[in-house]
Amino acid sequence: MDSAIYVIGIGQTPVGEFWDQSLENLSAQAIRQALADADGVSIDAMYVGNLLASAASGQANLGPKIADNAGLHGIEALTVEAGEASGAAALRMAFFALRSGFVRTALVVGVEKYTDMVGSEMEAILAQSGDYDFEGMQGQMPSGQAGLLMRRYLDQYQPKRAALGVLSILAHANGVHNPNAMYRRAISNETYTSAAMVSDPLNIFDSGPYADGAAALILTADAELAEKRGGAKIVVAAGNTAADALALHDRPDALVFSAVTLSVHKALLEANLEMAQMDLFEVWDAFSIYALLSIEACGLAAHGEGWRWLMEHDLSPGGSLPMVTMGGNKARGFPLGAAGVYQAVEATLQLRGQAGKNQVAGAKHALIQALGGPASTVVTHILSKIA
Amino acid sequence: MTEKQTSLLMRPSRAVGIVGYGAYIPRYRLPAAAIARVWGRSEKAVPIKEKAVPGLDEDTVTMGIEAARNALKRAGIDAALLRAVWTGSESHPYAVKPSSTIIAEAVGAPEHIQAADLEFACKAGTEAMVMAVALVGSSMADYALALGVDTAQGKPGDALEYTAAAGGAAFVIGPADQAAAEILATYSFVTDTPDFWRRAYQHYPEHGQRFTGEPAYFRHVTTAASTLMRESGTKPEDYAYAVFHQPNAKFPRRAARQLGFTDEQIKTGLLSPVIGNTYAGASPVGLTAVLDEALEGDRILMVSYGSGAGSDAIDLRVTARNAERTALAPKTAEYIARRVEIDYATYARYRGKLLRE
Amino acid sequence: MEIPRHWRLQKQRYGLLGEVCPHCNAKIFPARDVCPECGGEAKEPFRFSGRGEVYSYTVMNSAPAGFEQALPYTIALVKLEEGPTVTAQLTDVEQEKVSIGMPVEMVTRRIKEDGSPRGMLVYGYKFRPVMGA
Repeated sequence: MDSAIYVIGIGQTPVGEFWDQSLENLSAQAIRQALADADGVSIDAMYVGNLLASAASGQANLGPKIADNAGLHGIEALTVEAGEASGAAALRMAFFALRSGFVRTALVVGVEKYTDMVGSEMEAILAQSGDYDFEGMQGQMPSGQAGLLMRRYLDQYQPKRAALGVLSILAHANGVHNPNAMYRRAISNETYTSAAMVSDPLNIFDSGPYADGAAALILTADAELAEKRGGAKIVVAAGNTAADALALHDRPDALVFSAVTLSVHKALLEANLEMAQMDLFEVWDAFSIYALLSIEACGLAAHGEGWRWLMEHDLSPGGSLPMVTMGGNKARGFPLGAAGVYQAVEATLQLRGQAGKNQVAGAKHALIQALGGPASTVVTHILSKIA
Repeated sequence: MTEKQTSLLMRPSRAVGIVGYGAYIPRYRLPAAAIARVWGRSEKAVPIKEKAVPGLDEDTVTMGIEAARNALKRAGIDAALLRAVWTGSESHPYAVKPSSTIIAEAVGAPEHIQAADLEFACKAGTEAMVMAVALVGSSMADYALALGVDTAQGKPGDALEYTAAAGGAAFVIGPADQAAAEILATYSFVTDTPDFWRRAYQHYPEHGQRFTGEPAYFRHVTTAASTLMRESGTKPEDYAYAVFHQPNAKFPRRAARQLGFTDEQIKTGLLSPVIGNTYAGASPVGLTAVLDEALEGDRILMVSYGSGAGSDAIDLRVTARNAERTALAPKTAEYIARRVEIDYATYARYRGKLLRE
Repeated sequence: MEIPRHWRLQKQRYGLLGEVCPHCNAKIFPARDVCPECGGEAKEPFRFSGRGEVYSYTVMNSAPAGFEQALPYTIALVKLEEGPTVTAQLTDVEQEKVSIGMPVEMVTRRIKEDGSPRGMLVYGYKFRPVMGA
C-alpha cells in the first residue's frame, strides 16, 4: 500500500498587523484557500499550530473554535503547541494521524494573532517559550536570548559583523516578490549596519518582525485523492521533532544547537537523502544568529565558521542552496506559531513551480525547519516532488 | 538598714558580645549641593557633603541581607544556629509581613527562630541589639541577629531631604567568650516626645523643626550617655571611641562636646557627612566603622537616638578576636569608597518619585 | 497573584541554593529531579558560593511586564565557579563596563513586584562585579 502523505491543498493570508481581524477571520481565509486549492475534499481532522492565543487572546481550545467558524463540523480538532514551532509541530501530528491510517485527510492550520495585545504584557507572553522560573523571572525574553548568543558568537569567533546581515538582506530581496510578505522592500548593507538596537548587539534587522497571519495545508494519505487533484505530486518525505534543554543556560555549549543536528540528521536519514540534494532550505531566521547557528548545526559549516559560509555562498533562488526564498521570518514576517506552516506552504509553491520570481529552478526536495525558543524544540520536515 | 541600690544599667546574667558585624551602603551618592541647586538654596549652607541613595533593585531587605551575610562571615558561625532575627527600620518594604523573615530565609537561618520587625525611627536597630543581648544574655539562645537598616525618604524641598539616606548594619550577638566586642551594659532613655513622625498611609514624615534639637535629640542622647557612664562609673576619657546618632554632622559633634568627648573620639564613627543619615542604620553603621579599626581593650560608647523618642546607650569593649574578623568581609570604608555620583533627576527616578507607567 | 510558585522557589532564588548529586557529585542549579550529568536522582541541597564569571551579556531595551522600571538593564549568562550557568541580571555596574570573562559575585536584590504595587515582592539573585576587585 502506498504510504505516502500528499500535500493536496495550500492557503495563506498575507502576514502583517491586522487590527480588524481575529484568529477566526484569519484562519477561515487560509482554510478556504486551501480547500479551494484541493478542489474540495472532506476533512477528517484538523491540527492547529498556535502559541499565543491562550495567553494573549484569552482563548484556549482553538480546535472547536476554528473548525466551527470555518464550517467544519464533526471533525477531530485540536491545538498543538511547541513554542514558535507550533505550526510545524501541528504538521508533524497530522502526519502521524495520516500514517496511522485513522485519518484519511487532515488540515493543518497555523494561525497567530500577535496584535490582540500590546505592551509589556505581550513581551511577558513571548517569554513563555523560554524558562519562566529561571529566565523569564530575570526579565529575559526571546530577543534577549538571541542577544546573548550573538554577543558570545561575536566575541568567541570574531566574525565579520556584516556576515550576520547576509540572510536579512537576502530575505528582503526575496520579500519584494512575495505578495503575502509583510515587508516588500529591499534593504542595503548600510540599512543593516546602522539599524537601531533591540538587545545589543542584536539590531531590528537581526530580528523577524512579530505579526499576524494564518496558513493552511491539506494533506491526504489517499493516493487516489492526490491523483484526482492532479498537478505536481508533493509528499512529506520525512519529519521529526527534537528537544534540547529549555533554558539557554542549561546547554553544555549555548552556541551549539544540538537539537538541530539531531533533527536534520534524522530527517535526511528517513528520506534517504543527503544535504547536497536539498534544492532549498527554509532555515529558521526568527533571529539572524539562530539561522547562523542552525547552518552550523546542520553541518553546512564547522562551529564558528558559519559566518564565513554565509558570505561565501550564493543563497538566492538561483544559488547553491537557496534560503528564505519567500522572505523568511525576516521579510515575509514572523507570525510565531503559524510560521512553520508558512514554511510548508512556501516549500510547496517552490516544488510546484509556482514561486514566481523567487522560483528555485527544478526544485525537487525542500528542507524546512522551525525552532521553538533557541532550538529548545526543533521540527524538521523534508517535502519532495515525486511526480 | 542599708538600702540596696538598684542599678539603672541593663546587664545580662550571662556575658555576651558582638560575635560578628557587617555593614552595607549602596553605591550611589547625591551631593547635597545638587539638592540645593534644585530648590534654589545656597550650596554653601548644606548640612553634609553627600548622601547614599539605593539603586532601583535595593531596599531595606536587600541591604539587610548583605549586611547580615557580612556579619555571619565575620562571626564564623553557621546561620542555622541563629535563634532570632530582628530588623529595625522605618522603611520596611511591607507594612505587614516582616523584613526579618525574608532576611532570615535568605541568609539560611533555621525555622526555629524569633522574628519580628521593629520601628522606633532611628533607634529601631539598637533596640533590636538590646533585645538580642537579652535573648542571649538570659541563656534562652546562643546567637541572635540584630539589624538596623533604612532607605529613608526625604520630602522634596524639605530640610531633611539633604540627609535622608540608605544603608544598614547587622550584628550577630552571642556569648562573650566568642565575641569580637563584649557588650558590658546597656541603658535606654525613652519618653513620648513628638519631634518627628509619620502617620500611616503618609509617604513622608513630618518633623518639629527646631523642636527636634534640645527637647528631642540632645535631651535623650545626653541623658542616656551620662546615665550609663554614671552608673558604670566611667568617664568620657575611658572610651577610645564614641558613636552617636548622626542625623547630620553638627548634632553629634555638639552632643560629644556637651558630654566631654573629643572630635578625635567620634571621628571614626561619624559617617553622615559622606553617606547621610541612614536612620535605623546610622549609629549601627558608625559602630561597624569603629570595629573595623578598634584594637583589643578599646572601650566604645554607642548612643542611638530615635524620634518619638528615645536613646539606647551601649557600652562595649573590644576583644582580641576582633582583629582577625575584620578582614573576613568588606570594611565599611570599602562601601563608602564604592561611590557613583548621580544627579537629582536620577535620584528622583531611583527613589520612585518618577514612575515609568 | 503567583504566590505559590514564588514561594516554592524562594530558597533557590534568595541564596542560590541548588543541589549536589549524591552519585556523581555534580553541582546542580536550579534544583532538578534528575541529575543532568549522570541521570541519577538528585535531592541533596548545596549552597553555591555566588562566585562566577560573565559568559555573555546583552542590554534589554524593552521588557516583559513587571520589569519596565529597570530599563535598560543588562542580562547575562553567568558561569558559576562550581559548574552550572545561570541567566541573571547584572547590577551595580554600568553597561559599558561589562565584559565577557568578568568575575562577578551574587547579591540578593528586588527582582519585581508580583503584578502591582499591592502584590508581593519577589527577591532573587543578581550579579555584580566582585567588590574590591
